[in-house]
Amino acid sequence: MAAAAENKSVGLRIFSTGFVIFWLILAAFPFVWTLWGSFKVELDFFSIANWTNALTGAQTEKVYGSPFTGTGYEGAWVQEEFWRAMLNTAVVCFFVVCTSLTIGTLGGYALSRSGYRYTFWLLILALIFRAIPQITLVSGYLLPFFEWNVWGLLPTSIIVLVAINQPFTLWMLHSFFQKIPKDLDESAMVDGCTRFQAFRHIIIPVMWPGVITTGLFSFLLAYNDFQVTALLLAKENQTMVPKIASFLGTTQTEGNVMFAVASVVSATAPLFILVMFFQRQIVSGLTAGAVKG
Amino acid sequence: MKHSTFFWFFLPTALAMLLFIAFPIVSVVTQSLHTAHDQVIVEVENCGPFGCTKEVKVDTEATAQLKAEKPLGKWAGLNIYFDRSHLATAEVAQAWRSKKSFGEFFSSITNLPFYRAMSFTLTYTFVVTPCLIILGFMIAVAVNALNQKLKGIVIFFSLLPMIVTPLIGSLILFWMIDSRGILGNALQWLAGDPNLSLKASTTLTWIMLMVYGVWHAAPFAFVVFYAGLQTLPQDTLESAMIDGATRWQRIRYVIIPHIMPLVTFVALIQLMDNFRVLEPIVGFNAEAHATSLSWIIFNDLSGETRLLSSAATTSVLTIVGVAILLSPVLVRTWRDFNRKA
Repeated sequence: MAAAAENKSVGLRIFSTGFVIFWLILAAFPFVWTLWGSFKVELDFFSIANWTNALTGAQTEKVYGSPFTGTGYEGAWVQEEFWRAMLNTAVVCFFVVCTSLTIGTLGGYALSRSGYRYTFWLLILALIFRAIPQITLVSGYLLPFFEWNVWGLLPTSIIVLVAINQPFTLWMLHSFFQKIPKDLDESAMVDGCTRFQAFRHIIIPVMWPGVITTGLFSFLLAYNDFQVTALLLAKENQTMVPKIASFLGTTQTEGNVMFAVASVVSATAPLFILVMFFQRQIVSGLTAGAVKG
Repeated sequence: MKHSTFFWFFLPTALAMLLFIAFPIVSVVTQSLHTAHDQVIVEVENCGPFGCTKEVKVDTEATAQLKAEKPLGKWAGLNIYFDRSHLATAEVAQAWRSKKSFGEFFSSITNLPFYRAMSFTLTYTFVVTPCLIILGFMIAVAVNALNQKLKGIVIFFSLLPMIVTPLIGSLILFWMIDSRGILGNALQWLAGDPNLSLKASTTLTWIMLMVYGVWHAAPFAFVVFYAGLQTLPQDTLESAMIDGATRWQRIRYVIIPHIMPLVTFVALIQLMDNFRVLEPIVGFNAEAHATSLSWIIFNDLSGETRLLSSAATTSVLTIVGVAILLSPVLVRTWRDFNRKA
């Protein structure tokens, strides 16, 4: 690309850089703004008098004697017990990632190594399952779950999330397994390994990058889920996202909006860290399915 | 791989999908053909000093017992499909008969809950998908021309709108466009109208939701296209340059054909995801102006009394909608596969 970049006209280069800067502001500014505002009182965050109040924190200074206050966080974490929701989210994410990777790698490996026609149809079926909106499935769960008395429990939601994520996990792992040469496991089997031993001792160690990438996406799906957890979890088992949604129902009293703002920032922080450390894996995961065409 | 080995490897994931994706579909269809039991009504005679009066009252015990025996409810056939909150055949026929113009017909149709949700869902899907593809492509081309060191940091910030939880992302934007928030304030200043509120107008609410949709999904398109640009054959590009192709012609005749398969991929994934739009409507608190099919189901299920049958019927209709949306892709895949075989 070096040759192409050299003969670029100045005007075009300015336009192109300007566009990137514009996009960066569009992408990042809302987060910076909300982070900054989460340390203010509501009258500053939503400022009728003067928008610069949100920057300087004039009202916050009047009330607390300093332009920053942690009352929003205190209210969310201590008073509304947001830590409980965060703990629930951690439990759900951990078990969803472990389970879906275990059964997903087995299934994805089988799909990539079997030459029969039905693997194609299984993949297409998985694609169709992927297309069905989750909320329609949730309306099918409710009655049986009520009847069996398993509604509202964390394990129920975990199993449901694992199953709903399976089609996507299968597709992604399938495309990663395809990149590993078949000779590898075949030579292991010639040396006397069973199929499972070849899978366990030869393929999985080579597959780690793919497994980690897929695990990241399972994590994101579980972490970001609203439709399943909002409808299948009882109030005391709520994860973070439905908990934040329930704050919104009671926003009218002063201060509650700031609880929601503080919990939104708290729930976004882990995602920031995730992107920082795993940017390469996320990019490779997004393109794994695509580049094959 | 032998059939039996394949079977054992595939069994756990197949079981999970069968139990929690295939069976629920069956369950939804069954549920949609049933409706809640009527309450059992008994007539009681109250005799007092002034003679006897007959009183009708609900026998709660018997109702509860009936509910416990048959939790699914009583058979309703296709009745729920045609009632006012779903396909509303009677109301549509009525509107058709009394119409003065097509515009009037459509406006009376879109007052019905199902058609109102359908019109927003379809508009959202077919406006947001092309827009995010174009924006994603523009970002990819612009970032590709950047210096190597900057790329990493630009990609980091670009991923944020996509990675963040949809509900949280929409809340963050919602607070900013609130008439007391920074963007809302800026818009009021730009329009010169201190009473301007995005939340009060249907058109502006729709635009706001779609802008959110593009903001949220453009990074996905960007990353996929950016990866595609890395595999661009340099020889073709150079020969196009030697032949005197302008920059625009190179984009039009070399780059776009090269990434066309990726465009199909992104379009397919995004059509699926945009059709199920729900979180932005909840986050933006926009149900007064815009509802989607998913939102109707969510609303039926999350109320005090859960309207299971109504939700199930909307779910079946939504699944039919997805099937229609995806049918061109499936037919094409099937043809390709048969040609290869």
